[in-house]
Amino acid sequence: MLLRTEKLSKRFGGVDAVKAVDLEIESGAVFSIIGPNGAGKTTLLNLLTGIYRPSAGRIVLEGRELNGAAPYHFAAAGIGRTFQTPQIFLNMSALENVMAGRYLHEPCGLWTALLRLPGLARAERACRDEAARLLAFVGLEEWAGTPAEGMPYGALKRLELARALASQPKLLLLDEPAAGLNPIETLEIDRLIQRLSARGVTVVLVEHNMKLVMGVSQRVLVLDYGRKIAVGDPETISRDARVIEAYLGAAA
Amino acid sequence: MLTWLASARTGGLLALAAALAALPLALVNNYYYEVAILVGLNAIVCVGLNLLIGYAGQISLGHAGFFGIGAYGSAILAARYGWPPLAALAAAAGAAALLAFAVGRPILRLKGHYLAMATLGFGIIVSIVIATEDRMTGGPDGMSVPPLALFGYAVSGERTWYWLVSALLVAAVWLALNLIESPRGRALRALHGSEVAAEAIGIDSARHKLGAFVMSAVYAAAAGALTAHYAGFITPSKVSFQHSIELVTMVVFGGMASTFGAVIGAAILTTLPQLLTAFREYEMLVFGAVMMLTMIFMPRGFVPTLRKALASKN
Repeated sequence: MLLRTEKLSKRFGGVDAVKAVDLEIESGAVFSIIGPNGAGKTTLLNLLTGIYRPSAGRIVLEGRELNGAAPYHFAAAGIGRTFQTPQIFLNMSALENVMAGRYLHEPCGLWTALLRLPGLARAERACRDEAARLLAFVGLEEWAGTPAEGMPYGALKRLELARALASQPKLLLLDEPAAGLNPIETLEIDRLIQRLSARGVTVVLVEHNMKLVMGVSQRVLVLDYGRKIAVGDPETISRDARVIEAYLGAAA
Repeated sequence: MLTWLASARTGGLLALAAALAALPLALVNNYYYEVAILVGLNAIVCVGLNLLIGYAGQISLGHAGFFGIGAYGSAILAARYGWPPLAALAAAAGAAALLAFAVGRPILRLKGHYLAMATLGFGIIVSIVIATEDRMTGGPDGMSVPPLALFGYAVSGERTWYWLVSALLVAAVWLALNLIESPRGRALRALHGSEVAAEAIGIDSARHKLGAFVMSAVYAAAAGALTAHYAGFITPSKVSFQHSIELVTMVVFGGMASTFGAVIGAAILTTLPQLLTAFREYEMLVFGAVMMLTMIFMPRGFVPTLRKALASKN
């Protein structure tokens, strides 16, 4: 078991954005979270990355409790993510964005940096090579030196994915990676997720594009009004009466 | 070898060192030297302040406070307690670092206007304390400061000071460039770009902001102490809100997130008032106009705008 939550809840004022959600995510699978708008999917991701503190419940990653930790602790524990609207460092080049993603694996001592102690130059070269390799993996190699602010939206989505991969997460959370993309770009994202999964990265996917979800996931969780209403393989979920009701409304 | 020379760090440092070495040819009298020394000292403050404002993206309207703590701390220890000036300078810079650490922890949680107000408040408190503790600081009249001595040799004369300040400026720029081109520097720029994304890749943004704040305070305090020992006299005007604004204007004009921009900004805006001595009363007016025109016509600042213009020509 890679990640487990118990009775995870988040209240905003009087609203239960996420209510008593139990989750179990196995290593090496693609686990999707779907649900109508406002079902609490992004809130759940924000809980799983420490951006929100749970109102109640527990988050356990590989037996380690992460409740109430700061977001950078979640990252250090091995949870990486992308955002619904890409959060890119627009003041840097594409390559530097990905290099920044390797922060946890680079020497960060103050004196090492200030005096440029031996070893740093070598580490920086290795970091640059690894970042270039990841840019190539997401198909952005020709953008490497471009300032991120000059890149198109679709490229930014893939850049964010490369940056998240650079931190070598055990668990990668993707918040609507295909939102705002055209069908061809969506297909590229689909392929990338499949290749990630094949490399053993565990992916949690929040997505509205059902074709994408049903194609790549091993398990699907359905949220409605903050509650878990179903979990299972894509086949079962697509036939589940409660899921159909949540999406299409009760039959007249 | 050529790429090593052409890299921004090495190439820029060599260019700066060459410019500083050649400059005395144009310095025809002591007054010119004096202006050049002031430029160098302000440039050291700006290189440090640029780490905070330009790279980490955190504003400070109170850095004259740290400059003042360096200047008065070193002056008081040397003049009133008989400390060797070098030890006094180091102690004053250390005190500024501790104070920046203590003040920075709570106020760097603030963002934007709130951070600007908090740092402004800090600067004003320091300047009030210095102006009112007249038994120690001489109050509004200022105090005289013993000359700097390095290992028993008194540093005196404009030429000696010029070479000392030039060497320190090159060192200050070297350290700043090293920091920026390291994983730590990338972390600073990252949290400037998007704090939430920086945290998502494991960057403790509070710690890195505080680090940049402390470092910029040490730069300001060290330059403040040197300024006091060089001038032999210090008044509270150097600790004023006005001076904080001048420093920020130099950084913004020269180019945020450009270390050499900070040096150029300090050079131009320190020299300008000297050329316009006839308009001395309007000095703040000139700074205000420079700030406004910079924001309107070259928001990235002088050096980045120039670099871009040159790049598009080629």
